Parts: sequence; C-alpha cells; structure tokens
Amino acid sequence: MARYGMAIDTTKCVGCMDCVVACKTENNVPEGLNRDWIQTIVNGEFPNLTMEIRSERCNHCTNAPCVNCCPTGASHYDGGGIVLVHHDLCTGCKACIASCPYDARFINPEGYADKCTFCVHRVEEGKDPACISVCPTYCMTFGDLDDPNSEISKLVKSRNNHTVLPEAGTSPNIYYLIGGNNA
Amino acid sequence: MLEITNTRMNHLIDPSLHIWGWEIPVYLFAGGMVAGMMLILGFFFFKGREKEVDCVCTNLPLLSIIILSLGMFALFLDLEYKLHVFRFYTTFIITSPMSWGSWILILVYPVLAVSLLLRLPKFVSKLIPKLEQYSNKLKSNRKLVKSVGILNMVLGASLGIYTGVLLSTFQARPLWNSPILALLFLVSGLSVSAAFVHMIAKSVYERELLAKADNAFLVTELFVIFLFIIGMVTSTKIHQDAIALFLGGQYTAVFWIFVVLMGIIIPLIIQSLAISHKIKHTPLAPIFVIIGGLILRFVIVSAGQYSSWY
Repeated sequence: MARYGMAIDTTKCVGCMDCVVACKTENNVPEGLNRDWIQTIVNGEFPNLTMEIRSERCNHCTNAPCVNCCPTGASHYDGGGIVLVHHDLCTGCKACIASCPYDARFINPEGYADKCTFCVHRVEEGKDPACISVCPTYCMTFGDLDDPNSEISKLVKSRNNHTVLPEAGTSPNIYYLIGGNNA
Repeated sequence: MLEITNTRMNHLIDPSLHIWGWEIPVYLFAGGMVAGMMLILGFFFFKGREKEVDCVCTNLPLLSIIILSLGMFALFLDLEYKLHVFRFYTTFIITSPMSWGSWILILVYPVLAVSLLLRLPKFVSKLIPKLEQYSNKLKSNRKLVKSVGILNMVLGASLGIYTGVLLSTFQARPLWNSPILALLFLVSGLSVSAAFVHMIAKSVYERELLAKADNAFLVTELFVIFLFIIGMVTSTKIHQDAIALFLGGQYTAVFWIFVVLMGIIIPLIIQSLAISHKIKHTPLAPIFVIIGGLILRFVIVSAGQYSSWY
C-alpha cells in the first residue's frame, strides 16, 4: 500500500505563489479561498535571523484528527493515505475544521468541507499535483513514502528535514527539507 | 523573535478560527440544561415524587423536549449543508464524539416522551384523553417508573458529559483540550437546571432542596474551574498560552466577571442567605446562574477557537 507525501525544499522555495495559483486554477477553488498557501517564518535575534519559506497545505496525516472526528464518515482515507472528503456525505458541521491543527480546511460556498486533495485526479493519471508541476524552482517532490526507491524517500532519508507540528501527534506526510544532509 | 507571515485568508479560518458563532454555545447550553433537568427528573421518579400533586415532574419532560429541540434547531442552523442533516443518522462513527452525541440525542426523546406520559400535564390529557389511560397503567408499575428514572439519569449524565467531550477531543484547540471540560459542562448543566427548576417549582420542599443542590453544584463548579485552570497552567506551553486568555488575556474580564462572579459567586451568596432564612428566595440568583451558564459556553467556544498551536 502506498503512502503518498511531499518533500518541499525550503532552501529552494522563493514564495512566488505559483503553487497557490496553479491549485486554484486546477481545482476551481472559489474566490477568496485557498487550499495551499505560503508561510514565512522568521526566527532569531537581529542580526542572527533565519527565514524559512514554506508552501503549506493539508498534511494528509497518517493519524488525521479530521477523519477521526467526522460524524458521517465524509472525511476518509483514500488510496495511498490521501485524506479526502465525500461531498455528498458532508453536513458542513465544521468539526473537521476545528480538529485540524494546521487550519488546512475551509467551507466551500457549496456547503461542504474543502481542502487539498493532492490533486488525486492527476495522481491517478500518473501526473504530479498541479502545484508541483508549475514550481519554477523545482522545490517540491511528490511520491510514495513507503517505497524506499522513490525519489521522495531518498530525499527524506538523505536531507535534514522536519514536519509541521509533529508534536500534535498527527503524523503529517509533508516533509520540509532544510539545509544540510543527514549524517 | 518569531514572526510568522501567512498568505492565507480563508473565510472563518483566518486570522483566527471563528467557524462556530452563537449556534454552538446555545446548543451546548440547551443540551447541558436538559441533561441536568433529566438528572433531576430521574432522581424525583426514582424517589417516587411523581405521586405528589405539586411535583415539578409534570412540567420537566415537556420543557426538556422544547429546550432540547430549540438547541438542536440552533445546531441545525449551524450546519453549512442543511439538506444533509440526515447523514448523521445513516452511520455511527465510534471515534467521533459528534456521532455519539447525535445518537444520544435521538435516545433522549423517547425517554422524555415516556416521562411525559408518567406525569401528563392537564392540557395534554384534555387534548388527547386516551393518553390518561396509558399514563395510569404506566404509573401503577413502580418498577417501570424507577427504571424510567434511572434511564433519565443515565442519559442525562451522558448528554451533559458529551457536551464537554465534544470540545475536549479537539486537540488542535489547546483551551478545549482538557478532560476536565466534560466535568465542567456537566456540573454547569446541573447548576443551571437546578436554578431553572427551582424557579418553576411550586412545592416548597422541592424549592428548598433545589436551592441547596444548586449551591452544592455551584461550589463544585468553582472547584472544577480551579482544577481546569491549574491543569492548563501546569501543562505544555501551548496550553499555558491558551489559559492565559483567561488570566490577563482578552477573555479575562468576561470570564471572571460574568461567569465566575455573576454566574457563581453572587448567586451562591444570595442562595446561602435564602436557605438560612435570612432573606426570601428570589429569582435573581437562578437568573444569574442561568445567564452565567450561557456565557460560560460562549466564552469557552469563542476562546477555544482563538487558541491554537501557532
């Protein structure tokens, strides 16, 4: 069984928001709403500052609280562990939105909970998600984290990396590559 | 220094979560109040007070059905996809407190309907005279009345605890992420319902009993709030930041003035004086308790959404 994930090289990402625009175009995301976004984190004391630019989205967690708390089974794990929402089962109760520590979900104007799907319709055709396909710095890699020979597995193994809020216990599947290699 | 800049500005999500407005606190308040009323009603049935002419058991089932239905209507209004409301009842998700709650609410109605039958209000028996026969048959079976009493207490406790568990399982919201919240909402539901029933009770015995019970619930609530705060203060940094909203942060005034002072301490003093016959019983104390209970839900729901891991 595959476990899809992303590795995003923060040393290459320039925060150009091409991924954001590509997602909106590919998935017809309604105006004023975003399935992915850019987060910039500046840390330290001047002049010793560090900056990390991250292209963020749903982490398609292995232990997804949104799936656990959904009262109708609308939020579910699809093939490859991709977390999706059955629109016809969703009541718009917003429990999944409250349960997500990443605030990755929102309510689509049609009434259902909406979020990143890893462009599952493209993945099924063997393509990369739209955000990855347009990235001008090639900072994003999509693939099967359970396949030790996949490019993403090799990157996660060889490069220093971190996930977002691992302390929340959700086992996120998006890895942010940072400077340096794993010893 | 840690500075986070985010390009996302999703409706109801940013700059801080505010997906749940007035509907959810009203629903939680109604649920908690009915839970407490069922516990009181169950206790009276268990003790055989339904035989007393002036027992408040005559009013409680119908009032519970009305209040719970109003709460559920508020919940319905909160749904973004209202036509899909039936989806709650096409499945049962064991890991979802909301799914548990949906089914508990459905179980509550038939028990309240049987309770209504046990002490039929006059206008109902006038409206449907046949019900009087069924009511007499049911009443004559003491074991059945006791069982209905126990069912009321069990479902009342489940409903009261559920209203707190619903929030406390959202680990993403640090302020809600305390197991004590379930106890707080249960005790608050009990104090609100005791105050309400105290106001509508005709029997002097019941009024005295409920005023004393309400005082006990209010003292317990104060202690549970203390435990809730201590639990947060001694927990992780994100939990400490969350409880800081009540300890100097933006929810400090509303929490301490309206929930603790107006909703607990002042009514506790008034009711203590009334119980010791230094002053007459006044509706002021119960009204304060009820308003305080409502504001508690508003504050917890709002502040909880404001608290986050970032």
